[in-house]
Amino acid sequence: MVPLRAVTDFEEPAPATCREGTGEQGAGTHGTGKGLELAFDGVTKAFGDVGVLRGLDLVIPAGQFVAVVGRSGGGKTTLMRLIAGLDGPTGGTIRIAGTARRGLQPDVRLLFQDARLLPWQRVLSNVGIARGPGWKARAQALLAEVGLADRAGDWPYVLSGGQKQRVALARALVTEPGILLLDEPFGALDALTRGDMHRLLTKVWRQHGFTAVLITHDVAEAVALADRVLVLRDGVIADDVAIDLPRAARAAGAPRLAELERRILNAV
Amino acid sequence: MSRALSGRALRRGLVPWLLPLALLLGWEVAAKAGWLSARVLPAPSDIAVAFWTTLKDGSLPHHVSISAERAFLGLVIGGGLGFALGLINGALPVAEDILDSSLQMLRNVPHLAIIPMVILWFGIGEEAKVFLVAVGVLFPMYLNTFHGIRSVDRGLVEMGRVYGLGPVALYLRVILPGALPAILVGLRYALGIMWLTLIVAETISASSGIGYMTMNAREFLQTDMVLLGIIVYALLGKLADIASRWLERRALDWNPAYRTGLEAA
Repeated sequence: MVPLRAVTDFEEPAPATCREGTGEQGAGTHGTGKGLELAFDGVTKAFGDVGVLRGLDLVIPAGQFVAVVGRSGGGKTTLMRLIAGLDGPTGGTIRIAGTARRGLQPDVRLLFQDARLLPWQRVLSNVGIARGPGWKARAQALLAEVGLADRAGDWPYVLSGGQKQRVALARALVTEPGILLLDEPFGALDALTRGDMHRLLTKVWRQHGFTAVLITHDVAEAVALADRVLVLRDGVIADDVAIDLPRAARAAGAPRLAELERRILNAV
Repeated sequence: MSRALSGRALRRGLVPWLLPLALLLGWEVAAKAGWLSARVLPAPSDIAVAFWTTLKDGSLPHHVSISAERAFLGLVIGGGLGFALGLINGALPVAEDILDSSLQMLRNVPHLAIIPMVILWFGIGEEAKVFLVAVGVLFPMYLNTFHGIRSVDRGLVEMGRVYGLGPVALYLRVILPGALPAILVGLRYALGIMWLTLIVAETISASSGIGYMTMNAREFLQTDMVLLGIIVYALLGKLADIASRWLERRALDWNPAYRTGLEAA
């Protein structure tokens, strides 16, 4: 068992492995990042008689970047909605930073598949949607971080798909969440824009230190971005793969990466 | 280049007016030559004279302002009530269960059919006209507000909840702006019904207002005054439509379909 570690600086994180059901929650907080630990104890979710999630035991250490892959209908989106608190689990508990949670979580933010910007608010007001004192300055700073400082006064409809997702990313980060959920946010983008978004996401993840949970059906995207890939199949974690390769060495075609990708594809 | 363009724009702006102008000219000639009896159709110039004299003696502004006041008061009361009911029923399923089917039943009563009842209740006083207008505008405002709130993108509402908006902020920043296009459509419908109702109510029972003015003129066979009244109604209706379109463009600036400088309709 490799000890759990979070990213404490801009160095490459050590490979973190966490098998399901190990009960390693006692490891506590990891490092000084602002990320929060996310844990599942026997979490199940059923809609009527159909069990979508069938017993999830899992710990995601603070600051880790986890990708969840699986076929559609495998429970990925259900898992995301449970973490965000949009739905409650049928059984078991979800713990954030060690405490059991129910309902919507102020320290969890969700990046949707579609950007879901309010069309009647300008970009700046969309980023600062939660308002609060000093929201304009913070929203402007986050816009600068995602490279859209000059679009603050625009209506959302003039933005391209990639720009909309960048605004959505700024909006998600403006309250400094401990956990960021990403529900296939780049699925609708072209390959070049997706590459830009991957670099941007990696950059802000290192700077802000949040725990990231990325849901995707794209295995190449998962191994390129994450520390660890979970394969969700038929409502259980079918495989838990540590991506033990520094991000700089993850160029497409790297043999180790291809090997990991093959392993994940077989498990899906 | 730009001069040629503006010349063409000018010509295109003028062409639609040629036919009405020719008709007006023909009408004037026919009336003045005696081919058209003044009891059937007065000459356009006679209507213009009637307009000028009633404007000078103050009777036209007097009747117009009274009619406008009734219309506006009825719109505020009925429209406000319809809007409030739409908001409540759109937000609370309980309220919808209690109120909606009753409102739908009432909606199917043609509101002009209750004029005899209204005259019995209120006589021919101001209340009768305001009441009728209010009943007329209530339903288009209610239906469109309700529909607008129900058809707000649920994804945006979900986003608002995940991003920590409380119920009030969610309503003000997500649901209401999302329903606004439909609410404004309701307002435009309501404005049309408002004038229609007022015309009928004033023609049947009134002692002032444009409808009274035209009915009174009919008694004395003053066809020029009758036509003047009709034209004033048309102008007021057009004015209300322009105002509501202006409001739409201002309020829906975020929506490319309503951008300033583009004709929405």
